[in-house]
Formats: sequence, C-alpha cells, structure tokens
Amino acid sequence: MAAIVSALFIGALFGFGLAVSEMIDPARVIGFLDVTGTWDPTLLFVMGGALAVTLPGFPLILQRARPLLAEFFALPTQSKLDGSLIAGAIIFGIGWGIAGFCPGPALAALTSGSPGVALFVVAMIAGQWAGSLFEQQP
Amino acid sequence: MAEPNIIGGLLGGALIGLAAALLLLLNGRIAGISGILGGIIKSDATGERFWRMAFICGLMLGAALYAFMRGGLPLRMQAAGPMLILAGLLVGFGTRLGSGCTSGHGVCGLARRSPRSLVATMIFMIVAALTVFLTRHFF
Repeated sequence: MAAIVSALFIGALFGFGLAVSEMIDPARVIGFLDVTGTWDPTLLFVMGGALAVTLPGFPLILQRARPLLAEFFALPTQSKLDGSLIAGAIIFGIGWGIAGFCPGPALAALTSGSPGVALFVVAMIAGQWAGSLFEQQP
Repeated sequence: MAEPNIIGGLLGGALIGLAAALLLLLNGRIAGISGILGGIIKSDATGERFWRMAFICGLMLGAALYAFMRGGLPLRMQAAGPMLILAGLLVGFGTRLGSGCTSGHGVCGLARRSPRSLVATMIFMIVAALTVFLTRHFF
C-alpha cells in the first residue's frame, strides 16, 4: 500500500516537472528537434537538470541492498544491442518528430481536455498493444 | 534561435530527475513512462499493475496542479487528425519494441550508464530531428 501511495506522489512530482519544464508543450519539443530552423535548446536544459540529479543519485541509491518500500530493485536485465532496440528507437523517433509528444508529456497533457491529446494517447496505447504482440513471436 | 526557457527547463528537469530517483529509492522501479504504461496494458505480474496505475494518475494530477496554479498548461499542438494518430501508433509501437522512451532510456538509462539506453537515446533523437527536417523544411 505504501508503495502505491509513493508512486502516486512521485508520479505527481514527475507530471509537475513536465509542466514546469514545458516539455508538455509539443512546440517546445519540435523546436528542439528543428535544428535547421529556429532551434529551441530548452530540452537540453531539461535533460541537464534531470541528469544532474539522476547521474550521481542512481549509483548512490543502487548501493543499497534493497529499496525502502519494496523487496528488491527491478532493473532491466537486457544488455545486448539488438535489432529490436534499434528498430524500436527509429520508429519511436519518427512518431516523436511528427507530433512532438513522447509518452510522459502526452499522458500528462490529457488533463488539458484537448481532443487531439486524447486521440494521440488512444493511438499510442493501440501501438503499445500491437508492439506487445510482436514481442511474443519467436 | 527561439527564446529558450532556461530556468523552467532546469527546474522542471530537476523535478523529473528527483521523481526518477525517488521511484528508484522508494519503489525500486525505473521511471520509464512507456514501460509503466505498457505494464498496465500487459503485465506479467498483477501486483505490478497498481503502482503503475497510481503513477500515471499522479502524472496527470501533477500536470493538473500546475494548470490550476498557472491557469492552464503550455500546449501548442504540432500535428492534427490522421498525423496525430499515426504519430501515436509509432510512439506506442516503437517504445514497446525498443523497451523505452525519453524518460526510461534518456533520464534513467543514461544514469545507470546503460549502453543500450545511450544507443537508443542517440538514435531516437537523430531520427526525430531528421523527421522534423523532412516534414518542416522538405515536404
């Protein structure tokens, strides 16, 4: 139960950060990606601010035997650079470049009530579901 | 060059990083939004669903709190209709296939010094920039 309450509050902190950084705004994201146009470096400052915390923070936290509210650290186990990783990153990059939305900002922006955001999120969930079917194939 | 939001970017970025660090410290989980969403849609362990749903609810509440404080969200849509649907499908499919997005690979994976995340982040950044170049300056 404590882990669920903490996830709720941490999610809120994350969503608030997405709004403060304006990464919730597709114009900011497209502005960053538009390197030959009127380039907007804001996303770099956001990545810098986030990594300033996580780069030193993660190794310190992972020195612990276990997290505070769970039995164990659940970390990704894959280490190979495989075709799925590369193909997935390419496909995601195309979608991100078209709309300026990645999953976090799109979900957080749902609260605006914009029908366009809802349309994107429904399509994104359908895409994830399709991707999960693809994963199961040998 | 467009006017950057340096203070908001650094501050908001630090809040995002703090949230990712807290999720690791308290819950022992990685704050990758595509993975958290994907785990709700299809999860191997049912006990893993509830914290994920709570996190996504929190994500929306955090944005709503900002909107309440500031009288709205910064939101200027860059695509519409069929293009928005296509983009959503690609983002969902690609993040599932590639095991992560901007938060999972970009913020958390780089902090774990994961070579997979470094490669994925470089690829999706370059491909997204190319996509913007082709859609904004070419076609």
